[in-house]
Amino acid sequence: MAFFEMAKTAILTTLKSPATRRYPAVPAKVTAISRGRVTIDPARCISCGMCMRKCPSGAICVVKDEKTWSIDRLKCVVCNCCVEVCPAHCLAMETGYSPSMTVHEGIEVVHITYVKPERPPRKEPEERSDQGS
Amino acid sequence: MSRRIIVPFGPQHPVLPEPIHLDLVLQDERVVEAIPSIGYIHRGLETLVAKREYPEYVYIAERTCGICSFIHGMTYCQAVEQVMNLEVPERALYLRTIWSEYSRMHSHLLWLGLFADAIGFENLFMASWRLRESVLDVLEETTGGRVIQGSCKVGGVRRDIPGETLDRMVGDLAGFERDFREIANVFLHDESIIARTRGVGVLSRGDAYHLGAMGPTARGSGVAIDLRKTGYAAYGKIHFKPVVETDGDCYARCAVRVKEVFSSIDIVRQAAAKIPEGEIEVKPKGNPNGECFSRAEQPRGELVHYVKGDGSRHLVRSRIRTPTLTNIPPLVKMLSGCELADVPVIVLSIDPCIGCMER
Repeated sequence: MAFFEMAKTAILTTLKSPATRRYPAVPAKVTAISRGRVTIDPARCISCGMCMRKCPSGAICVVKDEKTWSIDRLKCVVCNCCVEVCPAHCLAMETGYSPSMTVHEGIEVVHITYVKPERPPRKEPEERSDQGS
Repeated sequence: MSRRIIVPFGPQHPVLPEPIHLDLVLQDERVVEAIPSIGYIHRGLETLVAKREYPEYVYIAERTCGICSFIHGMTYCQAVEQVMNLEVPERALYLRTIWSEYSRMHSHLLWLGLFADAIGFENLFMASWRLRESVLDVLEETTGGRVIQGSCKVGGVRRDIPGETLDRMVGDLAGFERDFREIANVFLHDESIIARTRGVGVLSRGDAYHLGAMGPTARGSGVAIDLRKTGYAAYGKIHFKPVVETDGDCYARCAVRVKEVFSSIDIVRQAAAKIPEGEIEVKPKGNPNGECFSRAEQPRGELVHYVKGDGSRHLVRSRIRTPTLTNIPPLVKMLSGCELADVPVIVLSIDPCIGCMER
């Protein structure tokens, strides 16, 4: 049995500065690998749809014909799965959270600007057979 | 003999973080019987296993619970690895152990805060949660997520903890231990806490065993069940003793959790000293074909993940049994005969996690 067991902690607490941050004035504490929100580089997306297939919450939708990549921010669980599977490395995880929003604003559509580079002209079949022989 | 009345407790109640409903049959101020009813937040996560590929289901398994998420993911991975006969690298097992123990620390600190709040000791509640924040900071720095870590995958772990970060984490634990010892002294010796918890909600050793109590609820009643002793992850190579108290009341359950935080600190130190260098994952080949039960010690008790695969990318069945479900019958036993004013403290003393119980 003890009285005033808490007294030391309580007194120290009143003397110390607050443990929390004054958030909008002071930026939130993040680390280099914090998962905030998914961003896309539309110039590098090859519309393969891998992120859409692997997304555990079904938040991403890639329409190949319309060249759009859309994400429902309210469905996204920020698991980093799409960033890991993206073969073109066009998806990235930002440390800042996406701002609060309503259901209607939740879906973010990005137009993919990736242009397929022209393939180098094929070599003539005769040349190949020459090399092979 | 006075008239019996029924007082509904929950699903919305200031003391409950999550919804569970209890019908308390009262005679005067004394509870004669408690009838629990659950099922308010069923989400059907087990069914999703057939719709997601097995490597992606880890993310869903993790989101079963918002507090012990890492251990959920790890237990699921263990089950799938067992089915696929994957040999997980040693370093990954040690990293899993370290993250599991950090999860346990943050879960116990969260509970201690809620418990202090249920008693009415708000200053202690804030002190506990402030300390918990330092644990969450470590988790965020090493895994990228404060509460949902997402660092476990089938075949190993996603991220490595570099040596210098690990050294710093172990160094910081000394300060954390010193701060926690002050709070622990309050929980263990303060008179107002003892007055609210000692002799309240007593669960005898026999009842704890026969009703299937798990985790700190069982250990507070003298049943020394700790699944970490089965040696999953790297626990087999670490020396620790399960914390056991024999009184079986709310104070004993609180004391078990307080002492388990110290035991977790010790386990992290041992794991950091023994962790070998090497790979952190193996690539799974093929698809799981077969079934497996995997068990692990959550902060609340025994967690069971069952998976069954048929050789395709999608598992056929997943079943999760969480410790809160097994702790409900002991809770009903504890409640019968207690005072109405003690009900919030007793309900919290099993650390109910309804989100994970109903999935």
